[in-house]
Amino acid sequence: MNEEIKKKRRYAICFAGLLVALFGAVILNVWVGSANISVPDVFRILFTDQFAGQAIHTIVWNVRLPRLCAAALLGGALGVSGYLLQTYFRNPICSPFELGVSSGAKMLLAFCMVFAANFLGGMSSVGMVVASFLGSLLCMGFVLLCAGKTRNMAVLLIIGIMIGYVCSAVTELIITFAEQEEIVNLTFWGMGSFSGTDWQEVFVIAAFVLAGMAGTVLLIKPITAFQLGEGYAQSMGMNVRLFRVLIILLSSLLSACVVAFAGPISFVGIAVPHLTKLLFSSSKPAVVLPGSFVLGAVFCLLCDLIARTVFAPTELAIGTVTAIFGAPVVIGMLLQSRRKSV
Amino acid sequence: MSLLSAKNWSVGYAKKILLDGIELDVCAGEIVTLIGPNGAGKSTVLKSLTRHLASLGGTVYVDGRDFRGIPHKEFATKFSVVLTERLKTERMTCREVVETGRYPYTGFFGRLTERDRAIVRESLAMVGGETLEELPFGAVSDGQRQRILLARAICQQPQIMVLDEPTSFLDIRYKIELLSILRRLAAERNMSVVLSLHEIDLAAKISDRIVCVCGDRVLRAGTPEEIFCGDTVRELYGIRAGDYNALFGSVELEKPAGTGRVFVLAGGGSGIPVFRALQRRGIPFSTGILGENDVDYQVARALAYTTVSVPAFCSVEEEALVRAAAEMQRAGGLLLACAQFGPVNARAAELETIAARQNLPIWRRAEEIPRGEARP
Repeated sequence: MNEEIKKKRRYAICFAGLLVALFGAVILNVWVGSANISVPDVFRILFTDQFAGQAIHTIVWNVRLPRLCAAALLGGALGVSGYLLQTYFRNPICSPFELGVSSGAKMLLAFCMVFAANFLGGMSSVGMVVASFLGSLLCMGFVLLCAGKTRNMAVLLIIGIMIGYVCSAVTELIITFAEQEEIVNLTFWGMGSFSGTDWQEVFVIAAFVLAGMAGTVLLIKPITAFQLGEGYAQSMGMNVRLFRVLIILLSSLLSACVVAFAGPISFVGIAVPHLTKLLFSSSKPAVVLPGSFVLGAVFCLLCDLIARTVFAPTELAIGTVTAIFGAPVVIGMLLQSRRKSV
Repeated sequence: MSLLSAKNWSVGYAKKILLDGIELDVCAGEIVTLIGPNGAGKSTVLKSLTRHLASLGGTVYVDGRDFRGIPHKEFATKFSVVLTERLKTERMTCREVVETGRYPYTGFFGRLTERDRAIVRESLAMVGGETLEELPFGAVSDGQRQRILLARAICQQPQIMVLDEPTSFLDIRYKIELLSILRRLAAERNMSVVLSLHEIDLAAKISDRIVCVCGDRVLRAGTPEEIFCGDTVRELYGIRAGDYNALFGSVELEKPAGTGRVFVLAGGGSGIPVFRALQRRGIPFSTGILGENDVDYQVARALAYTTVSVPAFCSVEEEALVRAAAEMQRAGGLLLACAQFGPVNARAAELETIAARQNLPIWRRAEEIPRGEARP
């Protein structure tokens, strides 16, 4: 039982650390940028009305804050979505990006955007989520269909990557035949970025992500059982079929939300759950789920910070930054899992 | 009344019936073992019993209820399993693995109560796994892993425990320990245990009843005494080379080809190591003079070219001595394995004098015999 207390202490310390990191990342994101704001001013702007009406107040409240909220929420969503898929496929290198889910979402979204621009005069943000959700379900469905035919995870992963290529090709095709002004929008969005998010979008993101998170939290118990594999899970009285459907719906919803608002973002989905397990030295869903959310948020906040400041005023695509920091983690992880299967 | 009873039950994969017409009864506190060759369908029967595979005809009654109609949760309080599949548990500790056994009893978020924790501790203690508690499941040995999985199944507090080849990968010590725990569960908790085993000798010792599964049907079912007699085992596994001794539960390899090249004077267990040594060297041999109750007689029957024997508890008389001497002369040599002679086999000792008189070679160890060609 002594071990139990030690573990609980470790969880508490890690969570506290993560929350401090989150707070730090938020402040950093408000502080750093092309408009110079001193640190004390950051706090004054955030917590008092002293600067109301001035330009920096507007910059913080209407540009930086909504953007960082989006980055945090979507980063968290990516972390959790990756964790769900890894649990589902019982494979540490699954994530929405690798399984082609993001590309599917992007394809359908691109199609709908062009279609809507021509016939409906624009698309609402809820519409964007719905379109990319359907796109990810489409791809997920296909991957699942293949999963029924093969038990080999490596094959499944390759199929996912192939689907990703096909979807990207179709997206390119749509872009080729799109109108001039839509192309700019689509291409930029296709690279992935949190820029230009407004409060209205943040509310939509928050609604979807929190709904997805709530659903995931309700599945904590079955996820624990599912970690022992399908056979054992069923023998413990779990409705495996229903559980599989729910996991797919939730992870698709979360990753669709990310694609709709920020475009496809690589590596966060793989790296974050793994780092979280490493950090907490546990694979308990009750710990890893919230942990992945917060770590995903911190990770994306920092990556976004780098994306918009390093070569300012030129912004990098968020995917560029996440890949640079995420890929080494994944490589290290693969090499380590060779050595021991703990 | 039996706790579990299968009536005209058919099982198989993907709608293809593999075994049908299964009739099976398991009472509370009874251990029933499925034996049979690889691919005979033992796993299919067990997986269908735990509803991992859908039944393809007939059904199984649990406490008189059709088991297909029992809801998932309730089913989990009646059956628990130890499967053959290897687990990938990432960072779960052994205790966390055991705790999952409480799944059917915990609330919506799976929080363990003090009572649940006590049951987990008790289950771990039952398999002697207390010291493993905090170790990562992926880091313990196969034997320990199997014990933890057994503790998990115990902690689910089932009426019936189903284990698919639980002794694979285990060394002999863990095999014995595991099966002893099962016996204790059956005795102390009145739990029924249905398992499959490859080790037929162990099956004979642990089981109340044995079910022979062979290809498309259940060959026979009965007590170990009913099953392990005569040729059931040879027939079930299609053994052509070698022999299975039902009394010892042991296996003998094929006897050396050819007529006996040496006569082994055996008795009282002195013969068995010599027989095996000759078998390994590929030297065919005859033996005697053994009472049919002699321990050597069991092995001699499987390995010797001919065995000169006398009925159980009878002493060696002139007639048997003459038969033995004739066989020894034909074989062309004598190997003295037996050194102890009493009222029953006193006359067998005369063979040595006869051999000396006939100038036959006399050996004392199997290694002394030249390999040479077998005589036609």
